[in-house]
Amino acid sequence: MGLRRFILKRVLLTIPILFGVSVVTFGLVHLTPGDPIDVLVSFNPDVGPAQEAQLRERYGYDLPIWEQYIRWIGNVLQGDFGPVITRAGVSVNDVIAARLPETIALGLFGWAFAIIIAIPTGIYAAVRKGELGDHVSRFAALSGISIPNFWLGLMLILFGALVFNIWPVLPPRESLLDPKTLWFLVMPGLTIGTASASTMMRIMRSSMAEEINKEYVTAARAKGLPERTVVLKHVLRNSLISVTTVAAFLTANIVAGSVVVEVVFSWPGLGREFVTAITSREINLILAITLFTGFALVLANLLADIVYAVLDPRIRYD
Amino acid sequence: MSTQRGRIQISGFDTERVTEREPLSEWTSDTSGTTEGRWARAWRQFRHDRTAMIGLYVVTAMVLLTIFARPMEIAGVTVQPISLAPYDPENILYLQDPSVGRYDAPSLAPFHPMGTDASGRDMFSRVLVGGRASISIGFVVVFLTAGFGLVYGAVSGYYGGWVDEVMMRIVDTVFAFPALVLALVIIAILGGGYWQLVAAFVFPGWAGYARLIRGEILSVKENEYVTAAQALGARDRSVIFRHVVPNAIAPLIVQASLSIGTVVIGVAALGFLGLGFPPGTPEWGTMLDATRETIIQGPGGSIPWWATVFPGGAIFIFVMAMNMIGDGVNDALDAQSNVDVGQGGAN
Repeated sequence: MGLRRFILKRVLLTIPILFGVSVVTFGLVHLTPGDPIDVLVSFNPDVGPAQEAQLRERYGYDLPIWEQYIRWIGNVLQGDFGPVITRAGVSVNDVIAARLPETIALGLFGWAFAIIIAIPTGIYAAVRKGELGDHVSRFAALSGISIPNFWLGLMLILFGALVFNIWPVLPPRESLLDPKTLWFLVMPGLTIGTASASTMMRIMRSSMAEEINKEYVTAARAKGLPERTVVLKHVLRNSLISVTTVAAFLTANIVAGSVVVEVVFSWPGLGREFVTAITSREINLILAITLFTGFALVLANLLADIVYAVLDPRIRYD
Repeated sequence: MSTQRGRIQISGFDTERVTEREPLSEWTSDTSGTTEGRWARAWRQFRHDRTAMIGLYVVTAMVLLTIFARPMEIAGVTVQPISLAPYDPENILYLQDPSVGRYDAPSLAPFHPMGTDASGRDMFSRVLVGGRASISIGFVVVFLTAGFGLVYGAVSGYYGGWVDEVMMRIVDTVFAFPALVLALVIIAILGGGYWQLVAAFVFPGWAGYARLIRGEILSVKENEYVTAAQALGARDRSVIFRHVVPNAIAPLIVQASLSIGTVVIGVAALGFLGLGFPPGTPEWGTMLDATRETIIQGPGGSIPWWATVFPGGAIFIFVMAMNMIGDGVNDALDAQSNVDVGQGGAN
């Protein structure tokens, strides 16, 4: 199978998954007791039963569920996620437009942090296998995957407050591109990236350690290449392939992490909005954010598979 | 070397001399009967893994501490009368004893080794009891998800074809969401509580096991003993669960031991977000939720670090010990699995 055909097949395979994602999202969210109209009515006690029925008809909540689904998915495909019922005049699109960049900035920062820490440490640990540095970095990685991210965040805040008397929590501010906000990205970014950095470091170490015993490495050494070239040119390239296989999985970790970390650091992103939406039962918002994460991960998986196929031609022949 | 027609005689090999000589090793035809089973060998290796054994001791100790922290009753009958915790974790102490305040610092006399919390409750007692929900949910969820995933993956992989295709697309769909996001949506449907949290983590959790077991089954299925069992007329169910599954189960056990910690963190994360249990419940995550505001503001200028450090530290130590066990199990069973297949937990 050529690369082009592989990509085409892989892209076609994602279509039923995207459909499944939308059905699961819609089905689950519509199992929640009560619809947005109930919420709305509970906020305005003077709305009578007649008006309630009228509202339900207007938003289509009186239709059978499959018809509601078709209406919803039709609107979503046209880029309209509906209104935020409990906030007058605000649409879900507005909320997402305002919050998504914040979450993406945080996620990218976490990713960058993870890569910068994990790759060099992984190489170091694999080359110095069994030595003190290896033991220390392995212990650090084990701690990193074991520490709850919300607690790590709280401890960083506590540490900053007790020792340096600084509050790394966002004050009201202007824009994301302001250089000052970059400073406030450091601690949440670190918190969100720690688990991914640790996982990636563990994978890097074990795949490097496996590659380094292969015959092509012996061959490269035998022709007199310096050890540095052998490790950084030959071994590293092949180990990086195994890191790409978990890239999508790590993205999922960062997406899930953003929910918790944004709450800890009061970061105004989509994750914190999600928790608010759940406590206030804001159905349209829950639908949109769940769908967003699902789509984002399906695409991340697709991308990871394609990168993998480009890097390692063997897997295309299945 | 002398050769007869159709026979090869090897010179220098004297059968009688070999059978009559002194044995070269301890081996005799009797000792070969007691070869060590796979599980016995794995356990022996695990026992020599110092890190893993430390993890096992820590987990056992913590489980025992939470069980014996306060007496337990099932349907009105006391099944566990011992009480290690000095105070009732729900008891607001300053109502009886005016000398106890909100956020008292840790002290040994009066005995509050972890201080008191925002409502003047003894932190030490709360931390001891606080593991009950998270730890037991961790074990229950992993048991249920691994069991369901095992059956699902085995059926899918064994039958193959369009059954497999449909079943695996369902797995792909569940996999498209981070576990924590699905758990949040399910808590939004069901509300908080013990079994609600179990459901919230079972729903997204089984897919990873299903995918793992299916892959194993696909490779085990090719073995000749499976064909032999089928040829002898064994029914599908018996072939799957008697011949195929036992040979595919090692990675599942590794995975299960590594996921307990992930679920414990997930449960605590929901508690922290205020969605797991009612506020004030002695549960590690929920206790941290209560401290979140005070840590940022600091009542009266001072910061009650103990209210944050101890409950979170308990989660951290438990999960770390659990992961040490998981790594040990992985090495002992020699299953190549470095990645947690359940994705997007809370850690």
